[in-house]
Amino acid sequence: MFLVDYIKTVYNGVTSLLKGMRMTGYYFTHHKEIITQQYPDVKQVLPERFRGEVVMTHDEKNEHRCTGCTACELACPNATIKIVTKFDITPDGKKKKALDTFVYHLELCTMCNLCIVACPTDAIKMAQSFEHSVYDRSLLTKVLNKPGSKLMEGVE
Amino acid sequence: MFSLENLTHIIDHALNNTFNATIAMLIEMVIVGICAITLFAVLGLVLVFMERKVSAYMQIRLGPNRVGYKGLAQTAADTLKLVIKEGFTPDNADKFLFNLAPFLVMIIAMMLLAPIAFTKGLQMWDLNIGVLYLSAVSSVSVIGILMAGWASNNKYSLIGAMRSGAQIVSYELSAGLAVLTMIVFTGSLQISTIIASQQDGWWIFKGHIPAIISFVIFIIAVTAETNRAPFDMAEAESELTAGFHTEYSGMRFALFFLAEYVNIFIVCAIAATIYFGGWMPFHISHSIPFADLFNKGMDFIPGVLWFTGKTFALIFLIMWFRWTFPRLRIDQLLNLEWKYLLPIGMFNLLLATAIAILGWYF
Amino acid sequence: MIEEVGTSPEGDLIINVGPQHPSTHGVLHLVITLNGETVKNCEPHLGYIHRSIEKMCESLSYRQFIYVTSRMDYLSSHINNQGCSLTVEKALQIEVPERGKVIRVLMAELTRMASHLLWWGALGMDVGAFTPFFHAFREREVINDIMEETCGARLTMNYIVPGGVMYDIHPNFQQKVKDFITLFKSKIDEYDTLVTGNIIFQQRMKGVGYISGEDALSYGCTGPVLRASGVKCDIRKIAPYDGYEKVQFEEIIETGCDSYARYLVRMKELKQSLSIIEQLLDNIPEGEFQAKTKAVLKLPKGEFYSRVETARGEFGVYIISEGGLTPYRIKFRSPGFSNLSALHHMTKGSKLGDLVATMGTLDLVIPDIDR
Repeated sequence: MFLVDYIKTVYNGVTSLLKGMRMTGYYFTHHKEIITQQYPDVKQVLPERFRGEVVMTHDEKNEHRCTGCTACELACPNATIKIVTKFDITPDGKKKKALDTFVYHLELCTMCNLCIVACPTDAIKMAQSFEHSVYDRSLLTKVLNKPGSKLMEGVE
Repeated sequence: MFSLENLTHIIDHALNNTFNATIAMLIEMVIVGICAITLFAVLGLVLVFMERKVSAYMQIRLGPNRVGYKGLAQTAADTLKLVIKEGFTPDNADKFLFNLAPFLVMIIAMMLLAPIAFTKGLQMWDLNIGVLYLSAVSSVSVIGILMAGWASNNKYSLIGAMRSGAQIVSYELSAGLAVLTMIVFTGSLQISTIIASQQDGWWIFKGHIPAIISFVIFIIAVTAETNRAPFDMAEAESELTAGFHTEYSGMRFALFFLAEYVNIFIVCAIAATIYFGGWMPFHISHSIPFADLFNKGMDFIPGVLWFTGKTFALIFLIMWFRWTFPRLRIDQLLNLEWKYLLPIGMFNLLLATAIAILGWYF
Repeated sequence: MIEEVGTSPEGDLIINVGPQHPSTHGVLHLVITLNGETVKNCEPHLGYIHRSIEKMCESLSYRQFIYVTSRMDYLSSHINNQGCSLTVEKALQIEVPERGKVIRVLMAELTRMASHLLWWGALGMDVGAFTPFFHAFREREVINDIMEETCGARLTMNYIVPGGVMYDIHPNFQQKVKDFITLFKSKIDEYDTLVTGNIIFQQRMKGVGYISGEDALSYGCTGPVLRASGVKCDIRKIAPYDGYEKVQFEEIIETGCDSYARYLVRMKELKQSLSIIEQLLDNIPEGEFQAKTKAVLKLPKGEFYSRVETARGEFGVYIISEGGLTPYRIKFRSPGFSNLSALHHMTKGSKLGDLVATMGTLDLVIPDIDR
């Protein structure tokens, strides 16, 4: 009986090894199963919810929706956003708080999305870009509102 | 038919007619040396590329595909990088041994190339104890590995080298016994005679059961001897980072790397010679009808192709092992050798002897 | 202190495995005393990736601190976030809508599967087989793509907010998960062919890294490590949260106590997670995915604790609040730390190769241990 058990274990062991080899052999001969993505040549389309960096939406008249309320600045856990406000004079002669510069530190951002959720006017959103590498860290500090842009009418 | 044998004879005659015997001999040696070094470089490039592609396809990847056509120049680029890289020597290393080790390993790999017959007549040295020479010289390579491990002054290297020592010394026995089993059939240690004896069929078919058992033992033993997974205890990446060559970099690392692949080529060439007839085409026994016609047809394929085809098929087998199996533990490794392979090998030797005496082989 | 000479007074070799070593899965540093190939002692040294997350959380609001916990056990970041949200919800007595709960459970189980798949591949690497790693990543990639589409990120999702989840699920979510289930069911047998059934792998795993149930309990092990020693400890069963009491699943218990038992527990858990996903996928209730909460969360004065079952074991969040905007003190109970402390017990007297294999079955994530 000892001999039968011995031969059985050897047989089972060898078949288990051969089964594994059959599987790797299958993948060796079936090149359709290859899952490599040839990244720089073939770029994948990222889903619209993908969080790559914070951008501010501007329409064709170069108007944004940011009122400078600093809700995003308060929501940010890493002090990624710094908002500088100024006072505009409205036609009726009143002073009104408005956005001057929206400074965004990409190097500090963790893409947690809390600023987007906090924004009451949907002024900022997440873009799908992800190739952020640059040679100088200072290039990662961005101003999100375009030069000369102003607040869209009707956004309070 | 064009044959490489004629070519070597023509060169030999031409040299002997022009110069006296000693100078002709020296010139021949230089030519052979250059050929061997070229073969080494080409083998290294081809085998490393092959390994990377085989592993890639088994791992559902593409593997190298950027440098050159379909990535063919990848290994050449890697070699260039290794050549221009700094060869770093650790502070408290034994400088002499540290620098000597890779060259020793390389020289031993080169010496092993001598008795390999690539085709009829294309053989550097057809000495009459060819197989004995091969097993004797291949055991010396462990000295190079031990030297590297000891001289590096690194604990990982030391453990790797010691593992390697225990492993190679053990598996040498099984490989030797497996070859011995076949020597019983061939009756000669000379490579050319062994190949000639397979004129009417390869030994793996003619020797049936003992030959197959011996082949399996031989393949397992040489996988272990060349430190390949699943027996890569000396390197054991996940345990010892890189084992005995942890401290090597640049060209000296490349020599270890190259020697590993050349060793694989050589052991597979030995297996191809002993079990599959070396450069001998696939012949069948004359007792079968139309055998002569079939044998003549097979002869049209040159011997070099038969030899490289067989060798590379065996190399692929060894690579297949590597990319499928997990690594054994050191005690399991020694168990496998001393408790399974060696007894089976000895029993097999007895069986083969009995069969050879009784003439129960084809 | 580690001596320069590198040998112990008894003449044994002392080796530093890590912090840069291929199989410590990060910056773990083990000081190993070796007698030949036999491990006599193994002492983990921590602190190489300590980022003071607990202290950092003290300066963040109750909405903000959740995202930091994704960076601890990054392989089950979603479940960490869930644990934190549960604590905040418990303190504020927020009732999460049914839809939100189901989405959370679905995501948690997907995360668990992704984590176990990565562990499976990495274990293969630890025992010297390189191919499983890529095969595991093929399926894991699909999960990551699903996560990316719904949550917006692949690893550190930050999808859970106090009161529910940040967004509703993506319209493609259900179909994609169904495709994944079909794919996974066709591939799960390959795992057994390639690794589980392999004789070499079984020899490497069986009888190695033994720890009895009592010892495991006394070391504070949780999760698959404790369940492989025959102790029931699944938080999803003993203290259900987010509607785990409504789904049918088995708690996997193995009594082997060795590396192979831990391996089997995780492999079976993969199938259990799949069955949970299958049960819930077509039964996501309609309604709100997030409860209405105040813009600024202020926890009442007191101490709050809740725990969840991550892929590695029990993850606890303990908050002490003074009634302000930020926690007064926060403490995370991470599963990896306790599991690592048992490594010394498991590997005493085993071979160097077994140490690596045992470490693989513990499924260590170093940032989770150091925090």
